[in-house]
Amino acid sequence: MKIVVCIKQVPDTEAEIKWDIPKGTLKRDSIDTIPNPFDEFAFEEALLTRENYDGDIVAISMGPEKANDVLRNALALTANEVYRLTDDAFAGSDTFGTASVLAAGIKKIGDVDLIFCGKQSTDGSTGVVGAEIASILGYSPLTYVSKIRQIDAANKKIVVERVIEGGTEVVEAKLPAVVSVIKGINEPRLPNLMGIRKAAKIEIPQWNADDLGIDKGKVGTAGSSTKVVEITVPPPRGAGEILKGEIEDVANIVTDKLIDMKVIK
Amino acid sequence: MANDVWVYIEHKDGGIAPLSFELLGIGKAMANDLGSNVCAFAIGENVDNIAKEAFFYGASKVFAVEGEVFKGFRSEAYAKVVTFLLDKYKPEAALFRATTQGTDVAAASAAQLGMGLCTDSIDLKVEGGQVKMTRAAFGGNYSVTVVNEKAKPQIVTVRPKAFAMPEKDDSKSGEVVKEAFSVEESDLNTKILEFNKSEVAINLVEADIIVSGGRGLGNEDGFKIIKELAAMIGGAVGASRAAVDSGWISQEQQVGQTGKTVKPKIYIACGISGAIQHLAGMRTADCIVAINKDPEAPIFKNATYGIVGDYKQVVPKLIEKFKVKLNK
Ligand SMILES: Cc1cc2nc3c(=O)[nH]c(=O)nc-3n(C[C@H](O)[C@H](O)[C@H](O)COP(=O)(O)OP(=O)(O)OC[C@H]3O[C@@H](n4cnc5c(N)ncnc54)[C@H](O)[C@@H]3O)c2cc1C
Ligand SMILES: Cc1cc2nc3c(=O)[nH]c(=O)nc-3n(C[C@H](O)[C@H](O)[C@H](O)COP(=O)(O)OP(=O)(O)OC[C@H]3O[C@@H](n4cnc5c(N)ncnc54)[C@H](O)[C@@H]3O)c2cc1C
Repeated sequence: MKIVVCIKQVPDTEAEIKWDIPKGTLKRDSIDTIPNPFDEFAFEEALLTRENYDGDIVAISMGPEKANDVLRNALALTANEVYRLTDDAFAGSDTFGTASVLAAGIKKIGDVDLIFCGKQSTDGSTGVVGAEIASILGYSPLTYVSKIRQIDAANKKIVVERVIEGGTEVVEAKLPAVVSVIKGINEPRLPNLMGIRKAAKIEIPQWNADDLGIDKGKVGTAGSSTKVVEITVPPPRGAGEILKGEIEDVANIVTDKLIDMKVIK
Repeated sequence: MANDVWVYIEHKDGGIAPLSFELLGIGKAMANDLGSNVCAFAIGENVDNIAKEAFFYGASKVFAVEGEVFKGFRSEAYAKVVTFLLDKYKPEAALFRATTQGTDVAAASAAQLGMGLCTDSIDLKVEGGQVKMTRAAFGGNYSVTVVNEKAKPQIVTVRPKAFAMPEKDDSKSGEVVKEAFSVEESDLNTKILEFNKSEVAINLVEADIIVSGGRGLGNEDGFKIIKELAAMIGGAVGASRAAVDSGWISQEQQVGQTGKTVKPKIYIACGISGAIQHLAGMRTADCIVAINKDPEAPIFKNATYGIVGDYKQVVPKLIEKFKVKLNK
């Protein structure tokens, strides 16, 4: 089986965010980055799938030079191949631009059976790129996946569990499928030292717009229909009241206030 | 008509979720600013009941596509219909709830139409004929306003409960436009085998009241008393990641950046420190009550009411008081 994992580099959750205000985008080169946490679950699921059903894992990331770090991490975790999709024309892509570039990468890899994505990124966090890739390529869309029950590679079928409102849905789908995974589907492993050393020496191959056969007017800032026009820091919620005194009295006050809201029936 | 605002009505197997119609209120306000109408659209095996109710909640027209193949939501099948309808009528904006169903169908349709979309909006405005949508970024540390000027329709998903439910008026009715559009089962790649209802009684995202527990509960047993308080006041049970990671409660109940984003009227946080990633999921609750034994815990900076104390003493006291005051 051929398995592709889409991995995004995102700003470290602790890092200070730097914006390019006129463009409404992030200054990704000057922020400490980490692999998108959900993509670690996606990659681990690819490793488990390869262990259970055999195959090759190809990791791809669209992004600037720094995205090499997440790909190198994937190599250290024994990805068979990695590609960075990069071109000046890709900068500023919205969800559709991003999904189009990733879909072009997947097509170029060819004969792919399974594509793993995270449920969402922790920066743009739109949570739609996986569904868009599936829609663009006409592959089975399997989002919010909490478990892969079974894969039948010969008959090109997969059965997964999806966590949706009110419960869990069990879905059977034809391969190729795009599977976007939720947290908790597995326990991602860490790369070992030997893996890291080996990966450090590997040159990461790049694919640009021409390699991918992408019309530059359809992606990046030029092709994106959405644009961030304003960035503000929301006013702090403001600390409320700390209720002091005997628990008896405090409990009386709080329960009164909550009952007064007329929400509790 | 061309600048109408359309609202997608979600349902599950014909069953109408209580909040299915919530976007008709904001849709109507937007339509007023655009000088147009708010319309509903629904897909299913039979959507007569849904259409009828959509008028009660303010839709001026309902567009519907029916067929056996649409029994049970499947994003690939529904997205084909949504793409067809939006392409044919090209309304100004199409609103979906930012639920799993709304997000999947909005994303797949936007991709089919070749455009971006705005997701998880918490505020929507029309300014000078332009739709502006605001959403939280980076765990609520920033608020960003996004426009989608090149797109028609402008596809938007809206965070559940971001806007008030519109008033219901049972006397209203209107025209239902039924479009014929069919999808062959053989063209679909997915098949739903079963649906297992979760034990989590009340859906966190739709809950008006949530009682959450964190690592401060100390162990799995701590959740017993949290559940007791939740049951007393008709709330759902939430948790911090630390509590989920400790295996005390299911992942489904995690609130925060990598869990669920909730917007209840009342959120009671017990033994939760208030890490930024947790706040990201609940800071827009109307009223936050924090119970924590550390007076310096960051949660107090965001709480409406803070109680410094051991949850083991405070929570039973709250249960006791509610029991008396609510006559339970
Ligand atoms: C604050 C902010 C707000 C934004 N608002 C919007 C908006 O409203 N509409 C819009 O269209 N765009 C928006 N964008 C742009 C959007 O974030 C980018 O298009 C981004 O490249 C893809 O979306 P995402 O990060 O939200 O991905 P998600 O859809 O959240 O990511 C899902 C999965 O897709 C895969 N993936 C996503 N990006 C990549 C990548 N570059 N390389 C490899 N795999 C990837 C990963 O597996 C990831 O887990 C916004 C960006 C920012 C910073
Ligand atoms: C990428 C990323 C994503 C994350 N996503 C999430 C997320 O979605 N949701 C989330 O919650 N976290 C998330 N986290 C984790 C987050 O940073 C915190 O670690 C977590 O929220 C802490 O949980 P907690 O408040 O329960 O535990 P702690 O921070 O350990 O706090 C426990 C609190 O309980 C108090 N306490 C102890 N005993 C008692 C008692 N007897 N009575 C009353 N109070 C008591 C303590 O004073 C303390 O304040 C994420 C982290 C990262 C890096």
